[in-house]
Amino acid sequence: MATQEDQKALLKKWFICWTLAEIRSGLHLTLLQLVRPSVTLRFPKEQTPRSRRYRGALALRRYPNGEERCIACKLCEAVCPALAITIEAAPSASGQRQTTRFDIDAFKCVHCGLCEEACPVDSIVLTREVHYHFDRRGDNILTKEALLATGDRYEAQLAQDRDDEEDYR
Amino acid sequence: MNALLLELWPLIWIVFKVICIVAPLLLVVAYLTLAERKVIGYIQRRLGPNRVGILGILQPIADGLKLLFKEWVIPTKSSKFLFIIAPILSLVPALLMWAVVPFTQEWVLANIDAGVLFILSMASLGVYGILLAGWASNSKYAFFGAMRACAQMISYEIAMGFALIGVLMVSGSMNLKTIVMHQAGGVSHWFVWPLFPMFMVYWISAIAETNRAPFDVAEGESEIVAGFHVEYSGMGFALFFLAEYANMIIVSALAVLMFFGGWLSPFEGFKLFSGAAVPGIIWFVLKVFLFLFSYLWFRATLPRYRYDQIMRLGWKILIPIAIGWIVIIGAMIQFNWIEV
Repeated sequence: MATQEDQKALLKKWFICWTLAEIRSGLHLTLLQLVRPSVTLRFPKEQTPRSRRYRGALALRRYPNGEERCIACKLCEAVCPALAITIEAAPSASGQRQTTRFDIDAFKCVHCGLCEEACPVDSIVLTREVHYHFDRRGDNILTKEALLATGDRYEAQLAQDRDDEEDYR
Repeated sequence: MNALLLELWPLIWIVFKVICIVAPLLLVVAYLTLAERKVIGYIQRRLGPNRVGILGILQPIADGLKLLFKEWVIPTKSSKFLFIIAPILSLVPALLMWAVVPFTQEWVLANIDAGVLFILSMASLGVYGILLAGWASNSKYAFFGAMRACAQMISYEIAMGFALIGVLMVSGSMNLKTIVMHQAGGVSHWFVWPLFPMFMVYWISAIAETNRAPFDVAEGESEIVAGFHVEYSGMGFALFFLAEYANMIIVSALAVLMFFGGWLSPFEGFKLFSGAAVPGIIWFVLKVFLFLFSYLWFRATLPRYRYDQIMRLGWKILIPIAIGWIVIIGAMIQFNWIEV
């Protein structure tokens, strides 16, 4: 024996079914979406904004006078969870500790950013750049020269980002 | 020479008129594909194709050229003659139907008294192309798709036919021009008002009849790849594509003629703006575009029906509604509630 509530619920269900209420609300929703602006970015022309802390391509920085920041303390090598960094060091001409070899295997690197956190002199950093590739076998070993070149190319951006982040570091 | 030309003149004139109908039609078909991609893109808040030409305006031409130059692969174990003839069989009826469509009061190729009957028979012929394509391909997916498409098209043709019977009863004619002229006198005289349930039945079954979403189980990308035309490539595929879109357009045009006053202005009899200055063809095209848009809109909104749900909707809901409303229309005519 159906109660009055049951009958009411049934009536409501019938009403929704026969007036196509659900379909109409769906159509209404899609029509609203139609007039809203698109979220597509035309990629080569436009790019998604990336954070100041974005962990992209690796780079080594220099001081403004052109001297390498790296002092071969090997903290990054020690902290690297993927064992991607290989450092060899020797005294430089001016008697400072300096790296003779600073290789990062980009295939091993997981872009965790621990090396950047460990670095006492802000030498090794991760840039915002994500569009990079390797043409030949062996290019995945980023040498000291390659890393410094990347650092030189993005120095303005890197310095700006680190200035902006100063309060939170 | 002159006598021969004079004798052939009606034929040449008819061929010219045919070209005048088919050429813009194929253009509309081509741009309907672009419109579909654009509208669905915007509804999903994407941009849609915009690389070829300004705003992607040349995209259909690029697509057409691509399909023209693609190889038409014919499966080894297919029935070759039927395989080749099937796409033609599905496109030709879709184009033939335009012969009886009155674009305006004067613009009609064949003003025959059995216009509605002709359109219904041509719509049924379209099934053969799909059935033969599915069977001749000798592929299980194609066969499944063809079986589904046939079952669906045959079931919904009944509901569609019944829905149109309502219009025939009220207008008392099968001539499309007479039917439209019966709706003269502004938006309130259109058949959609006394026959609203019939219109709903017609439009739902029209979408099912053309195998479009949400009734596109015949194509069912996610289930049976592409349905009856899996094995088709190049121009064969293009012909099926053209047939599908040409069918969409003719079905929309029929809805406009039957229920929405064809080329007549909706503002007839209004003092402020009667729309008499606007040519009838403009009203006709505008109304058809509105229906075509709704096709795309539904496709972007509704998920696909399950096969048994489609059958249930067709046989147990739409056909009973249509038959019931025929009885009601009969009563309304008998008691002079609507003018005949």
